[in-house]
Amino acid sequence: MQTSTKALSGAVADIDDLHHEKLLKAIFNLSLWNFGPDVIDALLELIVSLAASNGKHVDSCLDMLVSNFTPPNKVLDMLKQPRGLEKKERVLPRVHAALKNISELVPMAASRLSSIVLEQMPWKSKRNVDQWSMKRQLIYVENMFKLESGAIREFVGANMLKDVMNVLRDLDVAIGWDDILHDDSSKGVFMIELEDENYADGDEDADELPSTLSEKSLSKNLTAELLDSLMVQTFEHLESSVSNKRLSEVFDTLLSSFKDTVLNTYKSKFTQFVMFYACALDPEHCGTEFASELIDMFVGGHNPLTRMSAVAYLASFLARGKFLPPAFVASYLGRLVDWCWQYCVMHDGDMNPKLHQVFYSGCQAMMYILCFRMRLMVEIPLLKSQLFCMPIDKIFKHKLDPLKVCLPSIVEEFLKQAKAARLFTSSKTFVFEDLLVSNLSRDFGGLERLDMFFPFDPCLLKNADRSFIRPNYVYWKYVRTTYHEDIDDDDEEDGSDGEVEGAAEFDDDMEEVIISRSYGDNDLEMDEFDYAMNKMSITPRNNSSAGLRMPSRIRPSMSPESL
Amino acid sequence: MEGLSVVAANLKVFLQPSQSNNLTLAIFRELSALLFKYHDEFDGVLLAYNVHAPENKGRILPGVHPFIAVRLEAKLLVFSPKPDMLLEGKVVKVAEESIHVIVLGFSSAVITDEDIRNEFKYKTKHGQGLYVNRSNKRHVIKAGTMIRFVVKSMNEETLHIYGSLIPANTGSIKILEKSSEHTNTESVTINSTPKKRRSKEQGVAQITEHGSIVKDAPSHNNYDREIKKPRRS
Repeated sequence: MQTSTKALSGAVADIDDLHHEKLLKAIFNLSLWNFGPDVIDALLELIVSLAASNGKHVDSCLDMLVSNFTPPNKVLDMLKQPRGLEKKERVLPRVHAALKNISELVPMAASRLSSIVLEQMPWKSKRNVDQWSMKRQLIYVENMFKLESGAIREFVGANMLKDVMNVLRDLDVAIGWDDILHDDSSKGVFMIELEDENYADGDEDADELPSTLSEKSLSKNLTAELLDSLMVQTFEHLESSVSNKRLSEVFDTLLSSFKDTVLNTYKSKFTQFVMFYACALDPEHCGTEFASELIDMFVGGHNPLTRMSAVAYLASFLARGKFLPPAFVASYLGRLVDWCWQYCVMHDGDMNPKLHQVFYSGCQAMMYILCFRMRLMVEIPLLKSQLFCMPIDKIFKHKLDPLKVCLPSIVEEFLKQAKAARLFTSSKTFVFEDLLVSNLSRDFGGLERLDMFFPFDPCLLKNADRSFIRPNYVYWKYVRTTYHEDIDDDDEEDGSDGEVEGAAEFDDDMEEVIISRSYGDNDLEMDEFDYAMNKMSITPRNNSSAGLRMPSRIRPSMSPESL
Repeated sequence: MEGLSVVAANLKVFLQPSQSNNLTLAIFRELSALLFKYHDEFDGVLLAYNVHAPENKGRILPGVHPFIAVRLEAKLLVFSPKPDMLLEGKVVKVAEESIHVIVLGFSSAVITDEDIRNEFKYKTKHGQGLYVNRSNKRHVIKAGTMIRFVVKSMNEETLHIYGSLIPANTGSIKILEKSSEHTNTESVTINSTPKKRRSKEQGVAQITEHGSIVKDAPSHNNYDREIKKPRRS
């Protein structure tokens, strides 16, 4: 085989694409995974020579190399074992070296490569995810990341990243919530998150799920499992970009892809966490760039839906990013408040949810950020004075009346905290009765329900969340609000549910769910810490062998109307 | 080097109404989509353009899918190698059966061993393949050498050129120019091409050793072309 291949390499100029069609077909259908290193080298030399000798062969040669990104099924099965790993190490670096060689000899080939990689993607050919397609997709994306960071990244890197983001988004959107969700609009945003965490405690609950629901969950689970694994791969790639000092270059492409495909995809639940994690790896540059881009889109954009989506992302990002210093949050909050106030000054009209929807989304964003961050800001004198200088009360007392229009649960929580911090007290009384939504918020949110769009709500993908997102994430359960006293150190060792002294003054519902232990509390022993983490976890406990079952009561706090 | 020309063209670009807030950007996008592709209308590969819109407006064409038609005057740099033209490029790979060359950084050319004159003998030195001229040992062609070769044919779809080193005025540019200085013979052609192929006069540009353009020629060819409607929104 080796000898004949080498002989053919010497005669490539005489190989005609019409007369030697069968020969060429036989060559292009070979799988490199079946051969030893010497034969692979000889075959790849032939492929490179074919591509360089005749422009007509370039596409076929690239097709052949890209098809060798994924091994045959029998090798796919043992990829995690030493034998499989050894084969992978034997084949893939050589394939990528051949792609590089072809690009050097035929510069225009690089422009063809991106579209060929996209055409051959396993996800496109098989919509229903099974174990095989999952493994194939995973190794394929691994190769795409290799191209993104490899020798020809200048030509194909950006497209590889964008295509991976598109795959993540497509998988994300394919996980439908409609069959699993109960859209319970009688619960507040914050209560929903806390209930979901409490659900994870009961193993017995998991067994009682009706069988149809488990089947549906299972089929969706494979998609979720695939998405989870791909997200982990993406996060690992981001980490290696940091080591190669390429993160800012990668982030530019991610941001561009985010703006094109994820920002306006309201059904996207997890894909956006790629941006979140990239910012966590480099808050100073990536975090700043992301927040600046979002605020600029909100302030200067043309399309109202894009503007509302951008400010929702900004609010969720500033609220949930544990890696964002309070001063950073304060500065972007300041810009948001300034814009809202300018809007009030320029528009002397009365409340009109549809007409002023962008304004109301900005106000809701302000309140959402402050629900999470008010206490932190108030504790730093400089930020406190900045906060108190912002025209927040003027905005909320304006004729446009955002407190009536915005999501009741957020307004309620904000008012409570603002009153405790003496930042703002409303002269009107709002009785929301724990409503999540009102008709007015529905009006400003529109068909897309952007009033309930909180894109960085807790990530439900087990592996992605546990190893990557969680250490960088602010959970509502651990947020210190302005109306809670700090628990004394001595008291905490006794009760791990950490009920707060003085909590009795609040509603009973709130008392059950709000736990104001400050996160990062050093008084907990490791066991208690693990217990607390597990209690907070929203993934069912009994998932060692049965595979992943998505919690049936999990709901994102955005619930796009299924049209 | 032959094959390069600057032409004046009257173009008409069709733009989508959604792009009307930034026509200049939209025009550049449309024209950029034509770069590095062969076009029958220009009879060559478009390498660069310099565009000027005579009016600041475009007509809205009515129809099921309305477009804005903008008239443009443009200077286009076109690469159209024809058989028997002399081209210059950088050698990227030397094998016993072929020499691979890159022309202008984007077009790949191959010269097979049958098209290399017998003067050149293939050798291997330090693991690297090279061709050495038997009569002039200094005349070496290896990876990195800038060579001059004659065009046999070009695949317009893939921009792949098949070349020849048979004529005596082909080979390493450095050696050829040195030997022409020494012998005071007529310098290698940078002139109009043979009459049988040309019906129109073409402008010519000089190419330095590294492939950059040093002199623009006056435009002689005028093309009126309508650029087809945008492919996508």
